[in-house]
Amino acid sequence: MLGPGIAWYLGVGSAVFAIGTAGVMLRRNPLIMLLALELMLNGANLVLIAFARGHGTLDGQVFALAVMAVAAAEVVVGLGLVVAMARRKIEIDIDLLSRLRK
Amino acid sequence: MNAGNILVWIVWFAAAAGCLGSALAVVLLRNALFAALALIGNLVSLAVFYLLLSAEFVAAAQVLVYAGAVMVMFLFVIAYVGWNLDVAWTGGPSWQTLGGVLAAIALLAQLLVVIALAATNQLKHAKHVSANFGDPASIGRLFLSNHLLAFEVISIVLLVAAIGGVILGAQSRRTRTGGRR
Repeated sequence: MLGPGIAWYLGVGSAVFAIGTAGVMLRRNPLIMLLALELMLNGANLVLIAFARGHGTLDGQVFALAVMAVAAAEVVVGLGLVVAMARRKIEIDIDLLSRLRK
Repeated sequence: MNAGNILVWIVWFAAAAGCLGSALAVVLLRNALFAALALIGNLVSLAVFYLLLSAEFVAAAQVLVYAGAVMVMFLFVIAYVGWNLDVAWTGGPSWQTLGGVLAAIALLAQLLVVIALAATNQLKHAKHVSANFGDPASIGRLFLSNHLLAFEVISIVLLVAAIGGVILGAQSRRTRTGGRR
Protein backbone atom coordinates (compact mmCIF):
# COMPACT_ATOMS: atom_id res chain seq x y z
CA MET A 1 0.00 0.00 0.00
CA LEU A 2 1.49 3.32 -1.09
CA GLY A 3 1.70 6.32 1.18
CA PRO A 4 0.68 6.44 4.85
CA GLY A 5 -0.34 3.31 6.74
CA ILE A 6 -3.77 2.48 8.10
CA ALA A 7 -3.04 4.10 11.49
CA TRP A 8 -2.76 7.56 9.90
CA TYR A 9 -6.25 7.27 8.44
CA LEU A 10 -7.56 6.05 11.80
CA GLY A 11 -6.03 9.12 13.47
CA VAL A 12 -7.76 11.51 11.07
CA GLY A 13 -11.06 9.66 11.49
CA SER A 14 -10.77 9.90 15.28
CA ALA A 15 -9.99 13.61 15.06
CA VAL A 16 -13.05 14.25 12.88
CA PHE A 17 -15.18 12.24 15.32
CA ALA A 18 -13.87 14.24 18.30
CA ILE A 19 -14.45 17.58 16.55
CA GLY A 20 -18.00 16.48 15.74
CA THR A 21 -18.53 15.48 19.39
CA ALA A 22 -17.42 18.92 20.52
CA GLY A 23 -19.79 20.51 18.01
CA VAL A 24 -22.79 18.48 19.20
CA MET A 25 -22.06 19.38 22.81
CA LEU A 26 -21.23 23.06 22.32
CA ARG A 27 -23.51 24.46 19.64
CA ARG A 28 -27.06 25.58 20.35
CA ASN A 29 -28.38 25.75 16.80
CA PRO A 30 -30.01 22.37 15.99
CA LEU A 31 -29.07 22.75 12.32
CA ILE A 32 -25.38 22.96 13.23
CA MET A 33 -25.82 20.13 15.73
CA LEU A 34 -27.06 18.00 12.82
CA LEU A 35 -24.03 19.07 10.76
CA ALA A 36 -21.71 18.09 13.62
CA LEU A 37 -23.54 14.76 13.90
CA GLU A 38 -22.75 14.20 10.23
CA LEU A 39 -19.09 14.87 11.07
CA MET A 40 -19.19 12.15 13.74
CA LEU A 41 -20.76 9.63 11.34
CA ASN A 42 -18.20 10.46 8.68
CA GLY A 43 -15.30 10.03 11.08
CA ALA A 44 -16.65 6.57 11.91
CA ASN A 45 -17.06 5.86 8.18
CA LEU A 46 -13.43 6.73 7.48
CA VAL A 47 -12.32 4.34 10.23
CA LEU A 48 -14.55 1.58 8.82
CA ILE A 49 -13.13 1.97 5.34
CA ALA A 50 -9.54 2.16 6.62
CA PHE A 51 -10.04 -1.12 8.49
CA ALA A 52 -11.66 -2.68 5.41
CA ARG A 53 -8.51 -1.81 3.45
CA GLY A 54 -6.24 -3.00 6.24
CA HIS A 55 -7.92 -6.39 6.54
CA GLY A 56 -8.46 -6.77 2.81
CA THR A 57 -12.18 -7.52 3.17
CA LEU A 58 -15.10 -5.54 1.75
CA ASP A 59 -17.47 -5.85 4.71
CA GLY A 60 -16.32 -2.52 6.17
CA GLN A 61 -17.20 -0.73 2.96
CA VAL A 62 -20.64 -2.35 2.92
CA PHE A 63 -21.19 -1.20 6.50
CA ALA A 64 -20.02 2.32 5.58
CA LEU A 65 -22.72 2.43 2.90
CA ALA A 66 -25.27 1.33 5.51
CA VAL A 67 -24.09 4.15 7.80
CA MET A 68 -24.58 6.60 4.93
CA ALA A 69 -28.19 5.46 4.48
CA VAL A 70 -28.87 5.76 8.22
CA ALA A 71 -27.34 9.26 8.18
CA ALA A 72 -29.65 10.25 5.34
CA ALA A 73 -32.66 8.99 7.32
CA GLU A 74 -31.50 10.86 10.42
CA VAL A 75 -31.12 14.08 8.41
CA VAL A 76 -34.66 13.72 7.04
CA VAL A 77 -36.19 13.43 10.52
CA GLY A 78 -33.93 16.11 12.06
CA LEU A 79 -34.62 18.62 9.32
CA GLY A 80 -38.32 17.79 9.57
CA LEU A 81 -38.21 18.76 13.25
CA VAL A 82 -36.37 22.00 12.44
CA VAL A 83 -38.94 22.88 9.76
CA ALA A 84 -41.77 22.10 12.19
CA MET A 85 -40.14 24.43 14.74
CA ALA A 86 -39.83 27.16 12.14
CA ARG A 87 -43.50 26.75 11.12
CA ARG A 88 -44.64 27.15 14.73
CA LYS A 89 -42.41 30.22 15.07
CA ILE A 90 -40.42 28.56 17.84
CA GLU A 91 -36.98 30.10 18.07
CA ILE A 92 -34.35 27.79 16.56
CA ASP A 93 -32.51 27.08 19.80
CA ILE A 94 -31.92 23.62 21.21
CA ASP A 95 -32.55 24.73 24.80
CA LEU A 96 -36.16 25.51 23.88
CA LEU A 97 -36.63 21.90 22.73
CA SER A 98 -35.89 20.35 26.11
CA ARG A 99 -39.48 19.07 26.22
CA LEU A 100 -40.95 17.54 23.09
CA ARG A 101 -44.59 18.15 24.10
CA LYS A 102 -45.68 21.63 25.02
CA MET B 1 10.77 6.04 -1.26
CA ASN B 2 9.74 6.20 -4.90
CA ALA B 3 7.87 8.98 -6.69
CA GLY B 4 4.45 7.35 -6.45
CA ASN B 5 4.80 6.98 -2.71
CA ILE B 6 5.71 10.66 -2.29
CA LEU B 7 2.75 11.67 -4.47
CA VAL B 8 0.35 9.64 -2.31
CA TRP B 9 1.80 11.27 0.83
CA ILE B 10 1.28 14.75 -0.67
CA VAL B 11 -2.32 13.94 -1.60
CA TRP B 12 -2.86 12.48 1.88
CA PHE B 13 -1.59 15.60 3.63
CA ALA B 14 -3.67 17.88 1.41
CA ALA B 15 -6.79 15.80 2.13
CA ALA B 16 -6.03 15.68 5.87
CA ALA B 17 -5.55 19.46 6.04
CA GLY B 18 -8.80 20.04 4.15
CA CYS B 19 -10.63 17.47 6.25
CA LEU B 20 -9.58 18.78 9.68
CA GLY B 21 -9.78 22.44 8.67
CA SER B 22 -13.30 22.15 7.31
CA ALA B 23 -14.38 20.05 10.31
CA LEU B 24 -13.20 22.83 12.64
CA ALA B 25 -14.96 25.37 10.42
CA VAL B 26 -18.26 23.46 10.76
CA VAL B 27 -18.03 23.69 14.54
CA LEU B 28 -16.62 27.23 14.79
CA LEU B 29 -18.48 29.22 12.13
CA ARG B 30 -21.43 31.20 13.46
CA ASN B 31 -23.44 31.23 10.24
CA ALA B 32 -25.19 27.91 9.51
CA LEU B 33 -24.92 28.47 5.74
CA PHE B 34 -21.13 28.71 5.87
CA ALA B 35 -20.99 25.74 8.24
CA ALA B 36 -22.96 23.64 5.73
CA LEU B 37 -20.62 24.72 2.91
CA ALA B 38 -17.63 23.76 5.10
CA LEU B 39 -19.21 20.33 5.65
CA ILE B 40 -19.34 19.85 1.86
CA GLY B 41 -15.57 20.49 1.79
CA ASN B 42 -15.13 17.95 4.57
CA LEU B 43 -17.17 15.32 2.68
CA VAL B 44 -15.17 15.84 -0.52
CA SER B 45 -11.81 15.54 1.26
CA LEU B 46 -13.07 12.36 2.95
CA ALA B 47 -13.92 11.06 -0.53
CA VAL B 48 -10.25 11.62 -1.43
CA PHE B 49 -9.30 9.42 1.55
CA TYR B 50 -11.73 6.75 0.36
CA LEU B 51 -10.08 6.79 -3.07
CA LEU B 52 -6.64 6.39 -1.45
CA LEU B 53 -8.05 3.40 0.50
CA SER B 54 -9.29 1.88 -2.83
CA ALA B 55 -12.95 2.34 -1.94
CA GLU B 56 -13.97 3.80 -5.30
CA PHE B 57 -17.67 3.02 -5.07
CA VAL B 58 -18.02 4.45 -1.56
CA ALA B 59 -16.18 7.61 -2.66
CA ALA B 60 -18.59 8.05 -5.57
CA ALA B 61 -21.58 7.40 -3.30
CA GLN B 62 -20.18 9.88 -0.77
CA VAL B 63 -19.98 12.66 -3.35
CA LEU B 64 -23.34 11.85 -4.95
CA VAL B 65 -25.45 11.07 -1.87
CA TYR B 66 -23.83 13.25 0.80
CA ALA B 67 -22.23 16.22 -0.92
CA GLY B 68 -25.03 16.16 -3.49
CA ALA B 69 -28.42 15.16 -2.14
CA VAL B 70 -28.16 15.46 1.65
CA MET B 71 -26.33 18.79 1.63
CA VAL B 72 -28.77 20.29 -0.90
CA MET B 73 -31.54 19.36 1.55
CA PHE B 74 -29.58 21.05 4.35
CA LEU B 75 -29.10 24.20 2.31
CA PHE B 76 -32.81 24.32 1.42
CA VAL B 77 -33.80 24.08 5.08
CA ILE B 78 -31.21 26.71 6.08
CA ALA B 79 -32.67 29.01 3.44
CA TYR B 80 -36.19 28.23 4.71
CA VAL B 81 -35.47 29.06 8.36
CA GLY B 82 -33.11 31.88 7.38
CA TRP B 83 -35.05 34.37 9.52
CA ASN B 84 -33.38 32.98 12.60
CA LEU B 85 -29.77 32.08 11.91
CA ASP B 86 -28.14 34.32 14.51
CA VAL B 87 -28.47 31.93 17.43
CA ALA B 88 -25.78 32.41 20.02
CA TRP B 89 -22.68 30.40 19.13
CA THR B 90 -22.77 28.52 22.37
CA GLY B 91 -24.84 28.82 25.46
CA GLY B 92 -25.23 27.90 29.07
CA PRO B 93 -22.71 28.49 31.80
CA SER B 94 -19.04 28.50 30.94
CA TRP B 95 -18.41 25.24 32.81
CA GLN B 96 -20.67 23.58 30.21
CA THR B 97 -18.51 24.83 27.35
CA LEU B 98 -15.33 23.89 29.15
CA GLY B 99 -16.70 20.44 29.97
CA GLY B 100 -17.70 19.84 26.35
CA VAL B 101 -14.26 20.76 25.07
CA LEU B 102 -12.53 18.67 27.74
CA ALA B 103 -14.74 15.65 27.00
CA ALA B 104 -13.97 15.87 23.27
CA ILE B 105 -10.23 16.19 23.97
CA ALA B 106 -10.34 13.22 26.35
CA LEU B 107 -12.14 11.14 23.71
CA LEU B 108 -9.56 12.08 21.07
CA ALA B 109 -6.67 11.32 23.42
CA GLN B 110 -8.06 7.87 24.22
CA LEU B 111 -8.59 7.03 20.55
CA LEU B 112 -5.13 8.25 19.54
CA VAL B 113 -3.42 6.31 22.34
CA VAL B 114 -5.18 3.09 21.34
CA ILE B 115 -4.32 3.61 17.67
CA ALA B 116 -0.68 4.42 18.48
CA LEU B 117 -0.41 1.28 20.62
CA ALA B 118 -1.85 -0.87 17.85
CA ALA B 119 0.08 0.88 15.06
CA THR B 120 3.34 -0.85 15.88
CA ASN B 121 2.08 -4.40 15.44
CA GLN B 122 -1.34 -5.29 13.99
CA LEU B 123 -1.84 -2.23 11.82
CA LYS B 124 1.63 -2.17 10.34
CA HIS B 125 1.05 -4.01 7.09
CA ALA B 126 -2.09 -3.62 5.07
CA LYS B 127 -3.10 -6.74 3.16
CA HIS B 128 -2.58 -6.83 -0.59
CA VAL B 129 -5.84 -6.48 -2.44
CA SER B 130 -6.79 -7.29 -6.00
CA ALA B 131 -7.56 -4.60 -8.57
CA ASN B 132 -11.33 -5.04 -8.23
CA PHE B 133 -11.33 -4.41 -4.46
CA GLY B 134 -14.12 -1.95 -3.75
CA ASP B 135 -15.74 -1.89 -7.17
CA PRO B 136 -19.56 -1.76 -7.42
CA ALA B 137 -19.89 -5.36 -8.60
CA SER B 138 -18.24 -6.93 -5.57
CA ILE B 139 -20.01 -4.59 -3.13
CA GLY B 140 -23.35 -5.34 -4.75
CA ARG B 141 -22.65 -9.06 -4.57
CA LEU B 142 -21.91 -8.76 -0.84
CA PHE B 143 -25.07 -6.71 -0.27
CA LEU B 144 -27.20 -9.36 -1.96
CA SER B 145 -25.55 -12.37 -0.33
CA ASN B 146 -23.88 -11.99 3.08
CA HIS B 147 -25.53 -8.72 4.06
CA LEU B 148 -28.99 -9.19 2.57
CA LEU B 149 -30.77 -8.64 5.91
CA ALA B 150 -28.89 -5.36 6.49
CA PHE B 151 -29.82 -4.28 2.96
CA GLU B 152 -33.52 -4.92 3.56
CA VAL B 153 -33.46 -3.26 7.00
CA ILE B 154 -31.83 -0.16 5.47
CA SER B 155 -34.62 0.12 2.92
CA ILE B 156 -37.23 -0.11 5.69
CA VAL B 157 -35.38 2.55 7.74
CA LEU B 158 -35.31 4.89 4.74
CA LEU B 159 -39.02 4.29 4.08
CA VAL B 160 -39.96 4.99 7.71
CA ALA B 161 -37.81 8.15 7.73
CA ALA B 162 -39.48 9.41 4.55
CA ILE B 163 -42.94 8.80 6.05
CA GLY B 164 -41.82 10.50 9.28
CA GLY B 165 -40.60 13.56 7.37
CA VAL B 166 -43.94 13.84 5.58
CA ILE B 167 -45.88 13.47 8.85
CA LEU B 168 -43.76 16.12 10.61
CA GLY B 169 -44.37 18.55 7.76
CA ALA B 170 -48.09 17.82 7.38
CA GLN B 171 -48.89 18.00 11.11
CA SER B 172 -47.35 21.41 11.58
CA ARG B 173 -49.34 22.69 8.59
CA ARG B 174 -52.58 21.45 10.18
CA THR B 175 -51.78 23.11 13.51
CA ARG B 176 -50.95 26.36 11.78
CA THR B 177 -54.43 26.57 10.25
CA GLY B 178 -55.93 25.82 13.65
CA GLY B 179 -57.29 22.35 12.87
CA ARG B 180 -56.14 20.61 16.00
CA ARG B 181 -55.40 23.10 18.71
